[in-house]
Amino acid sequence: MRNTIVSLISIILGLVAGGILMLFIGSNPIEGYSYLLQGALKNLERIGNTLATATPLIFTGLSVAFAFRTGLFNIGASGQMLVGGLAATAVALTFDLSRPILLLVMVLAGLVAGALWAFIPGLLKAKFNVHEVVSTIMMNWIAYWTIYYIVPGYFKGEFLETESKKLAESDTLRTPFLTEMFDGSYINLGLFLAVIAVIIIAFIIEKTTLGFELKAVGFNRFAAEYAGMKVNRNIILSMLISGALAGVGGVALYTGNASSIQIGILPAQGYDGIAVALLGANHPVGVFFAAVLFGILYSGTGFMNAMTEIPPELANTIIAIIIYFAATSVMIERLLNKFKAKKSNKEDKSGPVVEKGDS
Amino acid sequence: MWSIIEQIFPYAIIFTIPLLITALGGLFSERSGIVNIALEGLMVIGAFSGALSIHYLSGVLDNHTLVLWLGLLAAVLAGILFSILHAFASINLNANQIISGTAINMIATALTVFLARNITGSGNIRISSGFSPSNVPFLSDIPVIGDLFFTKTYPTTWLVLAILFVSSFILYKTRFGLRLRSCGEFPQAAEAAGINVRKVRYSGVLISGAFAGLGGALIIVTQSGEFTGTVAGLGFLALASLIFGQWKPLGVLAATLFFGFASTIANVSQVIPELAVIPPILLKIFPYVVTLIALVIFSKSSQAPKAVGETFDSGKR
Repeated sequence: MRNTIVSLISIILGLVAGGILMLFIGSNPIEGYSYLLQGALKNLERIGNTLATATPLIFTGLSVAFAFRTGLFNIGASGQMLVGGLAATAVALTFDLSRPILLLVMVLAGLVAGALWAFIPGLLKAKFNVHEVVSTIMMNWIAYWTIYYIVPGYFKGEFLETESKKLAESDTLRTPFLTEMFDGSYINLGLFLAVIAVIIIAFIIEKTTLGFELKAVGFNRFAAEYAGMKVNRNIILSMLISGALAGVGGVALYTGNASSIQIGILPAQGYDGIAVALLGANHPVGVFFAAVLFGILYSGTGFMNAMTEIPPELANTIIAIIIYFAATSVMIERLLNKFKAKKSNKEDKSGPVVEKGDS
Repeated sequence: MWSIIEQIFPYAIIFTIPLLITALGGLFSERSGIVNIALEGLMVIGAFSGALSIHYLSGVLDNHTLVLWLGLLAAVLAGILFSILHAFASINLNANQIISGTAINMIATALTVFLARNITGSGNIRISSGFSPSNVPFLSDIPVIGDLFFTKTYPTTWLVLAILFVSSFILYKTRFGLRLRSCGEFPQAAEAAGINVRKVRYSGVLISGAFAGLGGALIIVTQSGEFTGTVAGLGFLALASLIFGQWKPLGVLAATLFFGFASTIANVSQVIPELAVIPPILLKIFPYVVTLIALVIFSKSSQAPKAVGETFDSGKR
């Protein structure tokens, strides 16, 4: 409950800061926000696009949140998404399978690739106590350059050197019934995968021994070790699951929302995952709602940009400011406490309230 | 072999210098006990404000060299201002330092592009020209060394090297340096000895902001000549150099030189026949793989400041 209040206050403060920014560049914030909402939610197609935008964020948010529960900071979701997306694209371009089997193999390939990419930092953390923040950043750049050379080398697009060959519509996660239901939006099966992932992860964290052990390691790895848990194994396992989530997020992004991989870009969704996890208080359901909120901000700013002078980077700025406030939640909590104390003081006093310095 | 070294040396130095000054900034922050993953964002802020002020000032002032130096100064000030956000969050509010740093990285990249797009339309800010390289008088006439070190150098290179040696002196030979290091190792003891830990940590983070801001602007005035909204992971590379260099100024110098040369070799490999035989992908990932290996090797004997990343609780024993 308290986490929710802190998150909501952070969101409000972030939106207020965004409004101030719009004023600063001479635009009308009310107009800006109303266009933003229209852009994200005005009709079925836009709602579909918003949900599709949120899909990879749900995965990366879950990925970061899951690792965080074990006390690990997976900043490498971007790289894990890239290799996951590459694996799925490679499967789709190489094998000629019937659609259900192909999609299944693609998702599995992305899952395994992402997990393997996170396995290395996990192993280094468990065996050599190498800080996972640094090692996952290194893995991001290794993924970046690997994609940079492998895509043009083996899966070159027909027209552009800088992206992979476009997948046929039937080889992607898009499906006619969803596309028709949302009036031609690029929403796809990735959303269902994301919802399933939310449920599975919530189940693992809350209801299984594994989840309990992972959380115990996160709270105090020495106490967990003393209680007989295999700390090193749990660290590696946590990174594997975290990487697998990000890998499937890559599948959803590159073979669902898009149909090709572009080189030279680390997907921003990896870093946004940190924001999503933080705002969602590292809880799967919270992650889901935070991701949808960010989806609204991202997909709404395109329309806002078309209708006004406001640059689309407003979404990133608002998100970043929200995260700063969420990170400094102590400030908000102190204010809440003060507010509460004042309230109860007032209720206690029967006589007239004496202001400080009056007496 | 020698001719290759001679060829790539100037480029490697140009690449190294922004990395060096940023990593040095990170050193001050981390030796005072505050993890600074925000180096990347602070570099972006420096690059933005440097490019912006040069862009505007060059229309007002005639002396272009002065304009460039003023641009660097603006970058330093902007870096300091922005790093206050990190200092406030991690010192006063006991925020998780990595999350605060990540938030600042995100704010920096988003806000600068937002503003730049509003100013120029495209989101890029071009400057008319950067520093021009010049020979150091007398020293450049020395055979071999003169060609390598003193020919076609930038004044900023010498500035950064001077900062490196002054920093090294401050860190190890002055009262402030001792206090800074003690706050990163055992802040409770430092406080018991009468040191204001929060104040020292503030100065550590602000110095890192100043240096990272300068590093970002140096990229504009010596390499790219244009602000494009990113510094392409150099801030994170600076962080890796800091760890690679084991939180020591000369170690950081060696680590950044390594990254400078490794990256330059990867960038120019296609035009040098001896290097073109190696697949470029290997050259590109080489620095990162080496960093991972180095992290493993150093893991047993890590010289990391003991209290780095922990929030300061003066009652903790």
